[in-house]
Amino acid sequence: MAPRSATPVPMILTVSDLAVAQGGMAILEGLSFDLAPGAALVLRGPNGIGKTTLLRTVAGLLPPRAGRIALPAEGTAYAGHADGLKAVLSVAENLRFWARIYGTADIAPALSAMDLQAHADRPAQTLSAGQKRRLGLARLLVSGRRLWLLDEPTVSLDAASVGLFAGAVRAHLARGGAALMATHVDLGLDEAELLDLLAFRARPPAAGQGGGFDGAFDGPFDGAFT
Amino acid sequence: MLALLLRDLRLATRAGGGFGLSLAFFLIVTVLVPFGVGPQSERLAAIAPGILWVGALLACLLSLDRIFALDREDGSLDLLATAPVPLEGVVAVKAVAHWLTTGLPLTLAAPVLGILLSLPAGGYVWLALSLALGTPALSFIGAFGAAVTVGLKRGGLLLSLLVLPLYIPTLIFGAEAARRGTEGLSPATPLLMLAGITLGALALLPFAGAAAIRAGLR
Repeated sequence: MAPRSATPVPMILTVSDLAVAQGGMAILEGLSFDLAPGAALVLRGPNGIGKTTLLRTVAGLLPPRAGRIALPAEGTAYAGHADGLKAVLSVAENLRFWARIYGTADIAPALSAMDLQAHADRPAQTLSAGQKRRLGLARLLVSGRRLWLLDEPTVSLDAASVGLFAGAVRAHLARGGAALMATHVDLGLDEAELLDLLAFRARPPAAGQGGGFDGAFDGPFDGAFT
Repeated sequence: MLALLLRDLRLATRAGGGFGLSLAFFLIVTVLVPFGVGPQSERLAAIAPGILWVGALLACLLSLDRIFALDREDGSLDLLATAPVPLEGVVAVKAVAHWLTTGLPLTLAAPVLGILLSLPAGGYVWLALSLALGTPALSFIGAFGAAVTVGLKRGGLLLSLLVLPLYIPTLIFGAEAARRGTEGLSPATPLLMLAGITLGALALLPFAGAAAIRAGLR
């Protein structure tokens, strides 16, 4: 975790006292961290601890249960478990669509960074799983966003592709970007810091209070009956 | 936004895109009706506007679940929701793309298929006009229904049950306008009501659909 200090550099991401919930159940609470330009934070923790939920909350897909998330004004680039590829469109068509959505023009650097130039005209459905993943990650490069949110980005990548992707992340950090990622693969990023989410697991609701469902309705409602 | 429209049109016209499905269904319905009710042209002419409207509506319904379900499955919807485009705009653009690939071809095909149902000569203009005014409402109401059911696996049945009652006013005024036009009466009132429904759907349902998608992604 980046130590909080009065640095003049504006943070790209500031999360303070965040609690996240999935399906009305609080799963993580008391999270606070910053990402400065050039910083990467790797989320660790066992399956089900809430890495995906935390990333989706920061991406704005889930409402936070408590706390504040300060994002860059231009938004984030989120890469989840699914790559969002259209099987009948070619590699270049898929990527060009996202480039136009994000308002960037050139897809050639992203294609070459992910070693996909040779496949630019192939329909995405003919790609292997690893190539699809690389195309999904190339979308990050055309997004032009400073904050990348990566959920298990290296799934189905071989060692060479992991190296390729680590290089892309390193270049992104060198340009002043930041990355928040959940991964169990060591990308070899020396500058990346680790955050173990186990320490922030939400306290289970006290016994005899009706189980976890209570947690979804705390606040004024509870107070009205006490 | 334009990129999204072009992508959806391209997807619809590629193999497996479902562009021809609605049109083929519409053709089948109108070809089969004369076999079912008999070939007497007076009887066919009396029911032609209604049959064509019901056929167009059901053909439209057939392709609704593709609007968001496919994007949900491959993860595009998550990515679009985090992309720098308003979700209301995404819903509106996808409804427009649905209309361009379903409602517009149906509107253009309906007068041709009217021949099969012995539609009287005066009815073609009013049939095409009522479909042109009414099918955008079908696409926008359908997009809203698809947005509400997007979080459900195999939500097709629920989508149909949800959307059909909402389609009824459009069907009543659309078929009535086509019938009155065919019989030489003034179709102005049902056409105005139809235009009102379409404008209301265009103005309100993108917001309702975007709210439904946000809730569905949680």
